[in-house]
Amino acid sequence: MKDSNTTLAAIIRKHEADILAEWLRLQAEVRSPHGTIDEAEQRSASRDFLSALAKAVGEQSAADLRAPAFDRVREILTDISTTRARQGFSPSETATFVFLLKQPLFARLRKDIADGQGLADALWTATLLIDGLGLFTTEAFQKTREEVIQRQQRELLELSTPVVELWEGILALPLIGTLDSGRTQVVMESLLEKIVSSGSELAIIDITGVPTVDTLVAQHLMKTVAAARLMGADCIISGIRPQIAQTIVHLGVDLSQVVTKSSLADAFVVALARTGARVEGRGAAIPASTTAGA
Amino acid sequence: MERIPILRMGRFLLVTIQVDMHDQLALTLQDDLTQRIVKDRAKGVLIDISSLDVVDSFIGRMISNIAGMSRVLDAQTVVVGMRPAVAITLVELGLDLAGVRTALNVEKGMALLQGATA
Amino acid sequence: MALGEQARVDTRDEVALRSGEDVVRLRQLVRERAIAVGFSLVDQTKVVTASSELGRNTIQYGGGGKALIETVAAGARRGLRLAFADQGPGIQDIALAMKDGYTTGGGLGLGLSGAKRLSDEFDIVSAPGQGTRVTIVRWKPY
Repeated sequence: MKDSNTTLAAIIRKHEADILAEWLRLQAEVRSPHGTIDEAEQRSASRDFLSALAKAVGEQSAADLRAPAFDRVREILTDISTTRARQGFSPSETATFVFLLKQPLFARLRKDIADGQGLADALWTATLLIDGLGLFTTEAFQKTREEVIQRQQRELLELSTPVVELWEGILALPLIGTLDSGRTQVVMESLLEKIVSSGSELAIIDITGVPTVDTLVAQHLMKTVAAARLMGADCIISGIRPQIAQTIVHLGVDLSQVVTKSSLADAFVVALARTGARVEGRGAAIPASTTAGA
Repeated sequence: MERIPILRMGRFLLVTIQVDMHDQLALTLQDDLTQRIVKDRAKGVLIDISSLDVVDSFIGRMISNIAGMSRVLDAQTVVVGMRPAVAITLVELGLDLAGVRTALNVEKGMALLQGATA
Repeated sequence: MALGEQARVDTRDEVALRSGEDVVRLRQLVRERAIAVGFSLVDQTKVVTASSELGRNTIQYGGGGKALIETVAAGARRGLRLAFADQGPGIQDIALAMKDGYTTGGGLGLGLSGAKRLSDEFDIVSAPGQGTRVTIVRWKPY
């Protein structure tokens, strides 16, 4: 398709100013519920994009958008998508930026290419190119949104990490819900920080509320226990349900160095003993119900 | 030549590492400590690394060496104040500081030494 | 060296590695760049520690050399790329050198394997008489 690429590049170059003007006009006509984009920024981004596009198309013998020739084009689109994503625009609105280019571009192609076959080829090349770039824009957009969400999740997690001081020198970390690698890391770091700030030498990691444990999570758990030990504290893992016990053995995770208890309560008793405390009954039972307002 | 100061507290020696140590400084410390353990007839060495934001395998080896040499000289070594980020990194690095006792802070480290050398 | 070849380089620093003090300076510079990229404290520590391991190797086994610290960007991802090069004797058996605990210099033998574990990408080019070049990259997760 080299010929139609060269033709395409040449035509963009020849009519660059006109194409840009018409494209900007079309962009301005688009109304968005998310507000408007800064006009000067829009104009400069569009100009840069068009110029980079002409250059890239001229260099590439195929419309491979991953090729180095298209680096600058992708970079500009990524910047635009990222900014739009952060400002709250929808992915369609962002892709429209690229798609609107078809109209002015196709108009010039129709005007300049006389033969039917040549025109068909050029239109096809241009369509593939612009559609590809539009899709790329959407992907870049999605990625930014993902990052924003992840960052927000992490912040939320850090704020809500439930490390509890059960007793003097004894911390408890009741983990609830499915654990993914990233979340586990954040939570574990938080536990270690709490160990230092509270001066607690014992931490009970309770996984009663965790339905499944995969290799990565098990590894993170083990690494946390090892890190705590290096720091001068120790961990007890509690709440290991039969299914998880099977998974752990199956995964070949070595738990021989870690104390494990099936319940948080049992772990607490062990922890208390380690701090030199002991639980004693006093003999008098609390009545089953205390009538209120009697 | 700069050296890391070694403080004496009863039968124990206390070393606080606060600077980003280069090799020569680390080697000097090992020498100085060994000499002081003998001179002061120390029963324990407490190394405070709460100011260190990085511990690499070289420092790790220095710590292990100090623990080893102290043991030969009939003294216990306890390392205190390791930061979480450092601990996590050491685990990833594969450094386990086997044979080195650790405690969360100077107070607990001292209690550990006193218990171990009573 | 093929790591992050498509990456755009934003900052570039070169540090000569001849003495122990140079490694201290290297760590400080890597820390600064890591903070600038926006790494979490733990990730900063990992990359600084990796640089310390490789920096020491360059001096101890490579007879001195240099480190190249680059802030890179690939798409929306940002990262730190470190390259350590020396004109020393080179490594005869790379696989062996990468084994945990293997050391010819009385160390802990964790330099290369450890640096690899602490990084997202790792590359080593070395042969007897041809010096050594180790490159690592750590990406910011989001």
